[in-house]
Amino acid sequence: MQINVIIFGQIVDITGTSAIAVEDVTDTNQLVERLATAYPALKSAKYAIAVDKKIVKENTVLSNNNTIALLPPFSGG
Amino acid sequence: MNENKSYERYQRQMLLKEIGEAGQQKLLRSKVLVIGAGGLGCPALQYLAAAGVGTIGIVDNDVVSLTNLHRQVLYTTNDIGLPKAERATAVLQSLNPDIRIIPYNFRLTNQNALDVIDEYDIVVDGTDNFSSRYMINDACVLLNKPLVYAAISRFEGQVAVFNCANSKNEKKVNYRDLFPVAPEDNEVMNCATAGVLGVLPGIIGSMQANETIKLITGIGQPLVNRLLTYNALTNELYELSMSASEHTASFIPKDKISFKNIDYDWSCSAPNSFEIDSARFNALLNKNNITVIDVREFGEQPVIKEFSHVHIPLREVAEQTSKLNTEILITFCQSGGRSMQAAKVLSDTFGNSKKIYSLKGGIVNWKP
Repeated sequence: MQINVIIFGQIVDITGTSAIAVEDVTDTNQLVERLATAYPALKSAKYAIAVDKKIVKENTVLSNNNTIALLPPFSGG
Repeated sequence: MNENKSYERYQRQMLLKEIGEAGQQKLLRSKVLVIGAGGLGCPALQYLAAAGVGTIGIVDNDVVSLTNLHRQVLYTTNDIGLPKAERATAVLQSLNPDIRIIPYNFRLTNQNALDVIDEYDIVVDGTDNFSSRYMINDACVLLNKPLVYAAISRFEGQVAVFNCANSKNEKKVNYRDLFPVAPEDNEVMNCATAGVLGVLPGIIGSMQANETIKLITGIGQPLVNRLLTYNALTNELYELSMSASEHTASFIPKDKISFKNIDYDWSCSAPNSFEIDSARFNALLNKNNITVIDVREFGEQPVIKEFSHVHIPLREVAEQTSKLNTEILITFCQSGGRSMQAAKVLSDTFGNSKKIYSLKGGIVNWKP
């Protein structure tokens, strides 16, 4: 099972890329852990998570080819 | 108002059957508050004024600086050092003399926000810091006002309409449904540290004007319960849907009194928020390593004998910064306007190497 992660804003500075494919994760909590292992600086970054373009606030079960967006808050005006 | 004359101004948009005379009348009767007359606020204000939004409030306590001009397109090089709210008002009033424009040349806080926002139908958030964004969001929830939100960073922007009913009658979403609590200082960079391409707020602020006009006239599908992100480098648009959550609702103050008691001004306050009240001012007077500066012209009354200070009129502050050796600098003037400008000049010179303050309300409101 593959999950596609797209990354916005300054989180790209941490991951070095705006798109990551992750294999074999069952839910968003597991995905967050997996990403934090690969990119430890993500642990202290703040971001909202969207599953297939819907913002989720609680742990959400994932299925093959879901697209997950990591969206940090912007303050600039 | 001379209706024929005013309608000629709007003729090209009234030709749109979705707007027409009825839509134009809605615009002329509407009241929109734009908070922050910066990168987002300038284009938003320009199009709202041009479209004939009948009453526009402009909140900003900042003055124009040279680093603003690559993106804050209402101002010119001659405006440097002048208050944004007043300069924006003058420019927009000459663009459209038929509408009412009200400048609020002070910092919006949880003490004054409810009174200001309550006068308007729609709020446009073009601020540049998280403390203002959360405070404005909470005020709009309490007062049940639609909030046209946008924020930018480097090449990316976010736009959304919060606190507004949608056609499906879903629960209204607010900013805390996206980001429940404000980030810590180290979790996000602001414009000053992250940088921003000047044209980006031009695009995103124009989108805010567009959403506002759609809300007023009731046309199209405003971004209610939806967040749009735009990337200026790739031209990618990405739209996310949001829903209200019980959990985040618990972060909204329950009433106006608790709103006024929340400390919104934690670590993320704007780097240019210099103002201090009498109590803070008096406490600082007892410190060592402090210079208090009277920035009024020589001869202005009252002459201050209550505390020691130096006298440098505002127009000379920039030339005399080398004389200021202390760690803390506090400016004051008659009513707090010129001292804010002086604080800004000092901040441009010293950056974060000194603590810089301005006595809010000036010496006439000072309580010893």
